[in-house]
Amino acid sequence: MGELKKPSTQEILETGQGQGFATTKFSDLLAWAQKYSLFMYPFVTACCGMEFMAVSSPRFDHSRFGAEAPRFSPRQSDLLWVVGTIVQRQAPILKRIYEQMAEPKWVLAFGTCASVGGFYDNYACVAGIDKIIPCDVYIPGCPPRPEAVLDGLMLLQDKIQSGDRRPGIVKPRFDPVTRPDMGVVQLRRSKHG
Amino acid sequence: MAKSLIQQIQLEFPDAVLETHSQHGDDTVVVDAAAWKAVARFAKDTLAMEMLVDLTCVDWLGREPRFDVVAHLHSLSKGQRLRLKARVGDAEGEHAEIESLTELWGSANWSEREAWDMFGVRFVGHPDLRRILTYPEFVGHALRKDYPADRVQPLVPYREVDNTEKLPPFDHHEGMSFGRQTHAFSRGED
Repeated sequence: MGELKKPSTQEILETGQGQGFATTKFSDLLAWAQKYSLFMYPFVTACCGMEFMAVSSPRFDHSRFGAEAPRFSPRQSDLLWVVGTIVQRQAPILKRIYEQMAEPKWVLAFGTCASVGGFYDNYACVAGIDKIIPCDVYIPGCPPRPEAVLDGLMLLQDKIQSGDRRPGIVKPRFDPVTRPDMGVVQLRRSKHG
Repeated sequence: MAKSLIQQIQLEFPDAVLETHSQHGDDTVVVDAAAWKAVARFAKDTLAMEMLVDLTCVDWLGREPRFDVVAHLHSLSKGQRLRLKARVGDAEGEHAEIESLTELWGSANWSEREAWDMFGVRFVGHPDLRRILTYPEFVGHALRKDYPADRVQPLVPYREVDNTEKLPPFDHHEGMSFGRQTHAFSRGED
């Protein structure tokens, strides 16, 4: 076996090994519990909802992260998923939903429209939900891939664990330009010689 | 051979018809705005145009009169189509008024509300001319050509509605009621 390695508190908590007790800070324990029991309120307004269904379904399955149970009452939910375009007329409703949620609460902007308004730069649409309510994680994409959504969920979990309430943005896992093996770049190259 | 739709309207309203054209069997009659409802009534009763497919508006910025109000009619019994147009409004878009067709076709109700909301054409005789797509605090008419494309209207507060009989845009005889309204409404009363 070699050298004995003392497991960290996190490992003891997560793997269940150890000698029957663990020491940690109460706030850490609470945050650990909170980040794996996110009851979500899906505020689905537009086409991103289809991608949200893909994330919920077994192939990607965000219930692995403890964010399984949708609660269609804001009173019972911790995480507000804003999925899709928010128009001016809907803005007060979204704000009311957010106000009805009990603390602690987090907000996740799913897709470009919810994050910044997307290409709906017109008289009807709100340019991002942060004009109305505070937002914790922005997931860009039109719609975002399920992997990006899972990245966003894990980013939110990190934020909950560390107590960081600053907004975060999900970055792409790789830059397509640096990956010549990606089909789209190859196609472009072969087309233009 | 029977007279065409355009000929029948021209015979009935020799002074009101300003312009006609027919392309690929699509008959279009541009009528005087004052005769709008009379022509529509003639089209419904005599030409058997049972269905108002759409009623909308076109903004020709710089032309006077500025707006085209367009009604697309369809005869289910004869399989014919007819398009009526009328020109309203001055160069600033003021005094854009035309008679409502709600009496003739119930489907004109929401279409005219949309035309009012988006273009500011006022339909005289409409039973309930409110904004339908935007909200009451909205300033201006969004689909006018001189409405600034990048204009952002201020956010509106949450609205408490006491009179749930009439939540915008649904009225109890305008369509299926849902939301905070009760579902216990009677059918076939009106």
